[in-house]
Amino acid sequence: MKDYALMIANAQMVETQIERFEALPLDCGSVLTPVDIAFETYGELNANRSNAILITHAFSGDAHAAGIHRVTGRPGWWDNMIGPGKAFDTDRYCVICSNILGGCAGTTGPSSIDPATGQPFAMTFPVITVPDIVRLQKMLIDRIGITRLLAVAGGSMGGMQALEWSVAYPEMVAAVIPIATTHRHSAQQIAFNEVGRQAIMADPDWSGGSYYLQRPPARGLAVARMVGHITYMSDSSMKEKFGRRLNGREALTREAAGFDFSAEFEVESYLRYRGSQFVDRFDANSYLYITKAMDYFDLSAGRGSLAAALERAQARFLLVSFSSDWLYPPYQSEEIVRALRSRNRDVAYCELSSQYGHDAFLLEVEEQTELVRGFLNSTYQRVTR
Amino acid sequence: MSTVREVLERRDYATIGHIIEPKSRVLDLGCGDGALLAWLKDNKDCDARGVEIDRALVQKAIARGASVYQGDMAQSLSDYPDGAFDYVILSQTLQQVANPVTILREMLRVGRRMVVGFPNFGHWSVRLSLLTTGHAPNTSLFPFKWYESPNIHVLTVLDFEALCASEQWTVEHRIFLAGSSQVSALANLRAEVAVFVVRK
Repeated sequence: MKDYALMIANAQMVETQIERFEALPLDCGSVLTPVDIAFETYGELNANRSNAILITHAFSGDAHAAGIHRVTGRPGWWDNMIGPGKAFDTDRYCVICSNILGGCAGTTGPSSIDPATGQPFAMTFPVITVPDIVRLQKMLIDRIGITRLLAVAGGSMGGMQALEWSVAYPEMVAAVIPIATTHRHSAQQIAFNEVGRQAIMADPDWSGGSYYLQRPPARGLAVARMVGHITYMSDSSMKEKFGRRLNGREALTREAAGFDFSAEFEVESYLRYRGSQFVDRFDANSYLYITKAMDYFDLSAGRGSLAAALERAQARFLLVSFSSDWLYPPYQSEEIVRALRSRNRDVAYCELSSQYGHDAFLLEVEEQTELVRGFLNSTYQRVTR
Repeated sequence: MSTVREVLERRDYATIGHIIEPKSRVLDLGCGDGALLAWLKDNKDCDARGVEIDRALVQKAIARGASVYQGDMAQSLSDYPDGAFDYVILSQTLQQVANPVTILREMLRVGRRMVVGFPNFGHWSVRLSLLTTGHAPNTSLFPFKWYESPNIHVLTVLDFEALCASEQWTVEHRIFLAGSSQVSALANLRAEVAVFVVRK
């Protein structure tokens, strides 16, 4: 076995590593054999391995959370929060982020080769759940040799994983930081995901999911992403960012209006751009599987109630929501806070003021930094005392 | 309420610290920026939690490491199971809440004891102000015009004693503060701030 403590200590450059496990039993009854998990680490693990923080990424994220990637040269998706002196201070803590099961950035997912057939899994990939995703993360943490994480933190779907960690492996987490998230999707959230899935499956290029040797369902996936981006913003942030501004024109006039359904408004071209950009980095079948896992997620399922589920938790909680987030509205975080109170669990909660909608968890760096830094610091003091 | 806040924040710590036993479970209602919670944690090793309605203060409290959540005092209390805390603290806002008796009863359901501090409307300066000016008292203790005051349920030391008697609560400690010292005789006349420790 590799000495992960040493590897992490020596890791100065950021690159994605892959670890393989023989088998991962899934909630649906299937067993994935084998399964790969892609991950990155930042900062050094201390001698007693008490300073490790697991970052759980959102729907379309990946293992590259921080630093500049050695191969692609791109910054991590939460680089403004993770690094030396930042909220997740890599001078003090060892931060780990892995790509989720079902993803398409190194961890086994529908685009991976099924060893039984030598072909991509496509739609033969088993149905996965958030607990499955967390189970694989736990195997990685076990292998690294960490018995108790200082914290598990993530926004959106990453928050679901953090919550699941707190009740599935309560003895393994000292603190959890679920941001802009919910313990289960509302009808509205499922509805938006379903629109995305239907857009993909309505694209003839989807071909029942078996498109890996042909053209991928780029149009369907792009439309799905466009819907997603609308839900990540807010009315006021879109007004500020685009308003009714036009591309290359001052005003709409009868003479100048195209009536050709090209992208006349800036918001149209923005969405088209984000949609087409997404196609280059994301697999359509991963979209289907992961959104389904989000919709299935219900922390209370099989545990009696939300409060009964959270009663298992031993961690401290810091929940954060954003005032203009209508995809994961503050009331959903408050439901979790109230359930924690009803079981007298240690919880801090703040609804931050922001106009950025759901995207705020990636953009409101300063205020989140203040909260996360103080919370982690006091948790670390307790853990090391 | 700046004056009472200052009074409490300067002297109340020693007072509350004297009352609260080490390693207690404490809930501070209207905890502000969490200064008292931090003090209790550092000096008394308490498991200290707090609730605060003001977002900016909640942010400050969490940033200093306190377990504070943003929310309404009454609803927060109703969420907790019976006997969740050793002490529930209401250090300056009793006279500002809509249903003070409901809050106090809830405090004694959730906590084994409550610590209640409030500005004493029976202080001589308040009485003199009304007597001499004929206007609603506007003193250093109650520095508001009647139409600007957040104090909607002002009370005296005697009022609080009477409530405890009628609710059959036991007063364990009474601390009366005036300026930088404690007073004992003629408390309802001389105390600027009263702190009561009460149990069922």
